[in-house]
Amino acid sequence: MSYDSDEMNLSHYEKHRHHDGSSRRREAGPKTIVLVGNPNVGKSLLFNALSGLNVEVSNYPGTTVELTKGVYGEYEVFDTPGIYSVSSFNDEEKAARDIILDADVILNVVDGMHLERDLFLTQQLIDMGRKIVVLVNFMDEVRSSKIEIQIDRLSRFLGVVVLPIVAVHREGFEELPSVISAAREGVQREELHSLLHAALKMVGSQAEALLVLEGDEFIAARHGVPPGKHRDEIYVKRRNRVNYIIEQVARDDSARVRFSDRLGKWAIRPLTGIPMLIAALYVAYLFIGKFVSQTVVDFTERQIGKQYWEPWIRSTVTAFLPATSWWNGILVGEFGVITMTTTYLLFLLLPLVTAFYIALSLMEDSGYLPRLATMVDRSLSVLGLNGRAVIPLILGFGCITSATVTTRLLGTEREKTIATAILQFAIPCSAQLAVIAALLAGAGVGPMAIYIVVMLSVLIALGTVLHRILPGESAPLLLDLPPMRLPRLNNVLRKTSMRTLHFMKEASGWFFLGALGVGIAQSTGALEVVQNLLVPLTTKWLQLPAAASTVFIMGIVRRDFGAAGLYQLPLTPMQITVALITITLFVPCIASLMVMMKERGMREGFVIWIGTWIVAFGLGGLVSQIVM
Amino acid sequence: MNSSLREETNQWREKIMVHKDGALLLVDATSGQFLTIVSMPEGIIRAQFIRVGIHEGEHVQCLERLPGGTIVLKKNRQQIAIGHQLAEKISVLPFDEGEKP
Repeated sequence: MSYDSDEMNLSHYEKHRHHDGSSRRREAGPKTIVLVGNPNVGKSLLFNALSGLNVEVSNYPGTTVELTKGVYGEYEVFDTPGIYSVSSFNDEEKAARDIILDADVILNVVDGMHLERDLFLTQQLIDMGRKIVVLVNFMDEVRSSKIEIQIDRLSRFLGVVVLPIVAVHREGFEELPSVISAAREGVQREELHSLLHAALKMVGSQAEALLVLEGDEFIAARHGVPPGKHRDEIYVKRRNRVNYIIEQVARDDSARVRFSDRLGKWAIRPLTGIPMLIAALYVAYLFIGKFVSQTVVDFTERQIGKQYWEPWIRSTVTAFLPATSWWNGILVGEFGVITMTTTYLLFLLLPLVTAFYIALSLMEDSGYLPRLATMVDRSLSVLGLNGRAVIPLILGFGCITSATVTTRLLGTEREKTIATAILQFAIPCSAQLAVIAALLAGAGVGPMAIYIVVMLSVLIALGTVLHRILPGESAPLLLDLPPMRLPRLNNVLRKTSMRTLHFMKEASGWFFLGALGVGIAQSTGALEVVQNLLVPLTTKWLQLPAAASTVFIMGIVRRDFGAAGLYQLPLTPMQITVALITITLFVPCIASLMVMMKERGMREGFVIWIGTWIVAFGLGGLVSQIVM
Repeated sequence: MNSSLREETNQWREKIMVHKDGALLLVDATSGQFLTIVSMPEGIIRAQFIRVGIHEGEHVQCLERLPGGTIVLKKNRQQIAIGHQLAEKISVLPFDEGEKP
C-alpha cells in the first residue's frame, strides 16, 4: 500500500467526499462540541476550561456511564468517557459512540507522549467523516523528553487543525475559539472510500456506514442491515496508516532508558513491586489512617458534627415538634435521619472518602495503578477476578459503599458479583479498621494471627467458590500501561472532586433511607426483638456476653458503632477475636447494603446479605468452640 | 482454571506444535524475548489487539513475564499487560533482535 500522495490529497474522493448528514440528528437544538479521547489524556481539564462551572452530570440511558454536559458560547459541550476506538465493546464505548454520531464538532484530545496509541482513534474519527480538531496535550513533557512532533506535518497528514496544548497550565487554550470554528473533515483514504461506497447505499451517513462495515452490531441493527465483516481489515489498515504518519512526523531522540521506564518495570515485578506496594500503602495509611481519619475527622465529626450541628438542629426541630413526639425521635433522635445521617455523611464519610479518592487518583495519574493491576493479576485470577479488581478491593478498606459503586468498572457480571461479595464479607472498612487494630493490639499476637488467618481464608474461599459456581468466564486482563509520570496536582484534585461528588450523589439518598428504616425499627421496638433473638446465639454459640448482641445490631447501622461498642464490654482476648471475626464478616453497614441492592439487584443483594449473617455467626461460633 | 479451559488450552498447544515449528504460546515466552505473532483468538479481543498494532505477522517484545504467566508486551512505544488466560491463546515465534524474519 502506498501513502506517498497522502499529505494533502485532492483526488477523486476528496472532491466528492461523503458528507455526513448525521441521520440521527436532533431536530433543531444548539450545536454540540464533543470531547473525545483515550482515557487520561486531559479531556476533562479542557471540558472545565470550556464550560466553566455550568455543568450537568447525567447517566447515559441504559448504562451506568456518566455524561457531563456544559455550555460554551452558542455550543453545548459534552465530555465523554475515555475510549480507545469508536465501537460497541463496552458501555463507555456505546455511550461515546452515540454522542460522537450526533456531534457537530469533535475536539479530539491526544497524549503527545502516547501518539501511537491515541492516533488510532483520531484516524477513525476522520474515517467517519466527522468534523474534528486534534489537540495534542502534554506538550511540556514532549519537549522535555526530547521527543519531536512536527505539528504542521501532522496537521497536513490528517487534514485537520492540530493544536499543541498543555492542559494543566491552560497553555494553548487562547487558540480554542479559532480552532473550534476551523474544525473540518480530514483526509479520506482511498481504500476506505471504495468500501464505503457500497455501505453508504444502505446506511445514510458515512460515520454509521463505517461502523457497520466495522461490524458494529448495534448500528447495523438500527438500520436493519447485517453487520459488516471488514473490521480486521479496516483496523489493520488504519493501524498501519497511523504508524506511517508517526514515522513521518515524530522523532524520539530519547535513546537512554528513562528513570520512569525503570520505575514502571519495578512496579510490575513482584520482587520490587511488593515492597513498592507496601511503601505506597504505608504512605496512604499515614495520610488516610493517621491524618484524615484521626485529626481531620476528630475535628469535623466531634467538633462540627456533635458539638455544633447536632445540638443546633435538635433544638431547631424540637421548637416545632415536641421532644417526646415520635417524629422528633425519627428526625433528630439517637438514629435521627437528620442528625445521624448528616454527621455520618458530611463529617465522617466525606473527609474519609475524599482522602481515599486522592490516594487513588494519585496512583492512577502516576501510571502506578495499571502496573499494580498487572502485578496482582495472576493472584486475583484464582478468585475469578482480573487485576483491575484491585481498585475496588483497595477502596473497600476506605468505604465499602464507595467500593461497591466502583465494581462497575469490572468487565463481566460475574466479576462484579465476586468483587461485591468479597467486599461485603471480608474487607473491613476504615471505620472499623481503627477499632479492630486497637482491640487486636491489646489482645496479643495469637488473637491477631487467628483473626488475619480467618479473614484471609474467608476471602480466598469465597472468591474460589464463587468462581467455580458462577456460570460464564471472567474477562482476562488486557490493559494499556501508560507512561509513569509525576501526578498533576490539579488533575488529581479534579478527579477526586468528581468522584467524591459522584459518590455522595449515589450514596446519600440510601443513607437517609437506611437511617429512616433503622429509626423506625428502633422506635417500634422491632430492633429490640431482633436483638433479643440474637441473645441465645451470642451467649451459647459465640460464648460472648449477652450485650454483644446489641453491638452486632448496631453494626448494621454503622459498622464502626458496632466495633466501638466492643470497647465497653469486659472480654477475654479470645472473646475479642471471636467478636471481631463475627462483626467483620457480619452484615455491612446499611448504606453499603442499599447501594449493593441497587448495583447488583434485590435478589443477589439479598442472597449476599443473608450469606453474611450465616457465615459471620457460623464461623464466629466455630472459632469460639475451637479456641475457648 | 476449570477443566474445559485447560482442555481448550491443550488443544491450542497441540495445534501450534503441529503447525508451526518452534512456535510457542505467549504464556511460555521469557522476559526480553523478541516475538512474531503467529495466531490470536477471534472476536472483540482480537480487535482490541489490532488497535494497538498487535496481530499476525507483527513483531513485539515480551518485556516481562511475571510468575504465573502474566505478560507485558511492548510494541514500539506501547506497553500492554495481558492476563495469563489470554496469553495461553496467543502463539508466537521467537526471533533474535537484529535479524527480523
